[in-house]
Amino acid sequence: MISSAIIPQPLARLPWRLIWLVALICSIGIITLFSAAGGSWSPWALKQGLIILAFFGLAIGVSTIPENWIKQMIFPAYVAILIMLIVVEMVGFVGKGAQRWIDLGFIRLQPSEFMKPAVVLVLARFYDLLPVSDVRRWRGLWPAALLVLVPWALILVQPDLGTATMVLVGGVTVMFVAGLPMWYFISAGAALAAALPVVYALMHDYQRRRVLIFLEPEADPLGAGYHISQSKIAIGSGGIWGKGYLNGSQSHLDYLPEGHTDFVFATFVEEWGLIGGILLIVAFAMVVRWGMNVSRKSRSRFNQLAAAGLSTTIFFYFTVNLMMVMGMAPVVGIPLPLVSYGGSAVMTVMICLGLLMGMERQARTRSTLA
Amino acid sequence: MKAKRFTAAHQSITFSRRMMLVGGAQAAFGAALLARLGYLSVAQNEHYQLLSESNRVQLIIVPPRRGWLVDRAGKPIAINRSDFRVDIIPDQLDRPTETLRTLTQILKLTPDDVDRIIKELKDAKGFRPVQIAENVPYDQYAAVTVRLPELPGVQPMRGFSRYYPTGPAVGHLVGYVGAASAKEYEAEKNPLLVTPGFKIGKEGLEKTLEQKLRGQPGGQRVELTARGKLVRELEPKPDRSGQTIQLAIDAGLQEFAARRLGEESGSCTILDCLTGDILCMASMPSYDPNSFSDGIGQTEWKMLSQDERRPLNNKILSSLYPPGSTIKPMNGVALLAHGIDPDEIVHCPGGYRLGNRFFRCLGRHGAVNMRRAIAKSCNTYFYAMGNRVGYDAIAPFAKRLGLGEKFDLPVSSQSYGTVPNSEWKRKRYEDNKRLIDRPDWTSSDTLNASIGQGYLIVNPLQLAVMASRIASGRALAPQLIGRHTKPGDPMDISKEHLDVVRGGMWEVVNGDGTAGASRLPLPGIEMCGKTGTAQVRKILGSQRGQGGDWKYRDHGLFVFFAPYDDPRYAGSVVIEHGMGGSRAAAPVAKDVLTYLFDQEKAWAALHALEQNWGGALAERTARRQSQFEALSKQGATTA
Repeated sequence: MISSAIIPQPLARLPWRLIWLVALICSIGIITLFSAAGGSWSPWALKQGLIILAFFGLAIGVSTIPENWIKQMIFPAYVAILIMLIVVEMVGFVGKGAQRWIDLGFIRLQPSEFMKPAVVLVLARFYDLLPVSDVRRWRGLWPAALLVLVPWALILVQPDLGTATMVLVGGVTVMFVAGLPMWYFISAGAALAAALPVVYALMHDYQRRRVLIFLEPEADPLGAGYHISQSKIAIGSGGIWGKGYLNGSQSHLDYLPEGHTDFVFATFVEEWGLIGGILLIVAFAMVVRWGMNVSRKSRSRFNQLAAAGLSTTIFFYFTVNLMMVMGMAPVVGIPLPLVSYGGSAVMTVMICLGLLMGMERQARTRSTLA
Repeated sequence: MKAKRFTAAHQSITFSRRMMLVGGAQAAFGAALLARLGYLSVAQNEHYQLLSESNRVQLIIVPPRRGWLVDRAGKPIAINRSDFRVDIIPDQLDRPTETLRTLTQILKLTPDDVDRIIKELKDAKGFRPVQIAENVPYDQYAAVTVRLPELPGVQPMRGFSRYYPTGPAVGHLVGYVGAASAKEYEAEKNPLLVTPGFKIGKEGLEKTLEQKLRGQPGGQRVELTARGKLVRELEPKPDRSGQTIQLAIDAGLQEFAARRLGEESGSCTILDCLTGDILCMASMPSYDPNSFSDGIGQTEWKMLSQDERRPLNNKILSSLYPPGSTIKPMNGVALLAHGIDPDEIVHCPGGYRLGNRFFRCLGRHGAVNMRRAIAKSCNTYFYAMGNRVGYDAIAPFAKRLGLGEKFDLPVSSQSYGTVPNSEWKRKRYEDNKRLIDRPDWTSSDTLNASIGQGYLIVNPLQLAVMASRIASGRALAPQLIGRHTKPGDPMDISKEHLDVVRGGMWEVVNGDGTAGASRLPLPGIEMCGKTGTAQVRKILGSQRGQGGDWKYRDHGLFVFFAPYDDPRYAGSVVIEHGMGGSRAAAPVAKDVLTYLFDQEKAWAALHALEQNWGGALAERTARRQSQFEALSKQGATTA
């Protein structure tokens, strides 16, 4: 890709294909935020650019962490994040309201964001340590299940259904590729389907309303179904070529709510049309494919499992958002990573990408032996 | 599972296989996303583009100008006058309480207005304006305009209100306009109806011609944000004014007739004898449609609806009267058709004996033939002849000459009365035994009907049509819309027969007949007519309906045409409780016909009369209006 004669070794060793893809996605995000602000760098586009640069630096940093460190640190880190989740829960309890973050003054930390990659890594580490013969035994299931379900439950009661689901999906993916018996998953899926009515009964009112509205958004176009209706209008009215940059009426005239955060995809597609939407989806798909290939090429079991889980986390991140924005899933409040305004999602995805880049380098340089 | 050990080799195979599954699932989801995106932006594109446009662009309806009503010469009867109004755009309203307080002060809003505005503002959505006040005087309008910077959301505008130059003279003819009621909006679901300042026809021609007069609303197309903030104005959609509709009415004649009726309760109808065009249709007293289109106060409404002269009632189409002697010319035509010799002499000793009952005549006319009988309005002649041929032979002629007929006219209601015969009476008896004493038609029924009493009951338009058909010999249909030139078709009635009757009618006015005092003051133009006096109730003892309580006095009627030798105009005048056709109705007909031939002379006569009545119609209306206002103020303070 890049001539190694001119570029210094460490730079040349970076996975430039991925970086270009990420740069494309981030650029789409920034220009869309520029448009969403009515053609202005403030308040979002410039800040988002800085956030991305900062977290990209973090990703490069993460990519240099040796595998062994990660393996050693993941259990303590997992426990620490778990404790933070509990602290958040208690602070929220004292403060009499849903709270999802710890305020450190300069940044608000959402421990649940860290939990997304952490749960993948800790499970990968668990199956890495588990003797092969135990994978299909009871002791191959319950510790893993516990590692997933405890943070899942803690996040769920925040309440943050979207993040809880992502944590669950990331963990389950690792368990799936780790080779747990297929019938676990099939019966769990069946049980989940059977439990849906119960879950529905336990949901908060606003969540229940969102599900109902997802099923029939037009029933309440001016009320709670407004988000989905307006988002679909924005996307559908863009047509093949879009209304043109800075010409999206839905977003510019504020008909589209949250056009710079959760519904940024609608803002983008309204102006860039089907073509722009395909470009973005394909870019995301290629990032995920790259991550899945890292998993396939990895030689260590930890890396294989972790890479698959991290890729799926990224995949799930953008898929759920797009499904929500296009009216295929209820509104769960998951932003479009790297595109939506806000630091949390960028941080999570950059951490995932950093870890994946580290693993990719290891797979390429054969420095690690399982 | 225990039998088969899970080895590293197994694990590796499982991993590859599971990775394929996960990758496949991801690909499937990706494909689903792309498919959905394609579906939304290609297949559903048109649908969503429409929704997006209707989000973005809103139409602020500009009500169309209502079409004019003009008379046969193009003179305006109902027009639009520009006025000032103040509306509020709810979405642009910043400080509702302060704004409303300021407006109340400037525009002198009543507490009722303020309550209505607050209620409408609460229900208001989007960019649709809420009316604060209309018909705002210029100084108040200017005061609002000056303070606009501190009144965001307030919109002073120029609007249009309906104006009827001759006011009450055309009240019953054209009706009036008003804001659409909730029921009317429900029926039509047209947002135009709830646009502030928009009025629809509520009565009369304004109501029946509504669809033609309304026009097409235009609109200012604007781009709005979701919060209703104006982004920019797009190209406006022009409105199309309603059609101008020409009526057959002669506005000058209409006004003259209305004024000539003066303080009487009555009506005057005049038709063109050639085409059937209705030249004048004045019913008095009337309401002022101008005050209705501004929204009428409760006190005024109450006073109008309680007035014993019934100003809310159109006395040409909705009031029915026994025609009295005015139908005698019609009887004459029927008798001639049944072979009665017009020269046959009937001796009038002051009445007619039927069995043991004596039917009175108005005098002792001695020997009369048909012509004399019409001239002197001899009941005995028509009693005797009617009894000879029977009323079933007369009734078809009554119908052919327009009595009992419902005309094809754009009016909101029409009472068409009764032309009785034996079959009608039998049916009527079966329907309601309490009103009719016996099922068979008796000779006394014939006698009563022969002098226009009893079951026979008609409206003044029918009388005018009857006069026009006798005068012209044509089957004229009254026309209200447009100006016609095509003469009506001739009727199948012998000219000689009509001439006999016309001769009788000539003698009524120009001979020694009942209306001799009402000869036209015009050389060479002679009016022919027939007076009638209709009893309001059964004669009790010596009381003959010629005095006493106003509402029990006899109605005075007159049917007429002119000129005698070549009839151009025909019509009817009915003066309620006027005590007699020759006394009350014929003089009105004289003056109104004079107007048609010599306006100056007619005005001179009218001005003299109006001085006695306390001023012209407009002055009297204004006086009554201030009376209403004073009373409603009184009502407000006592309430």
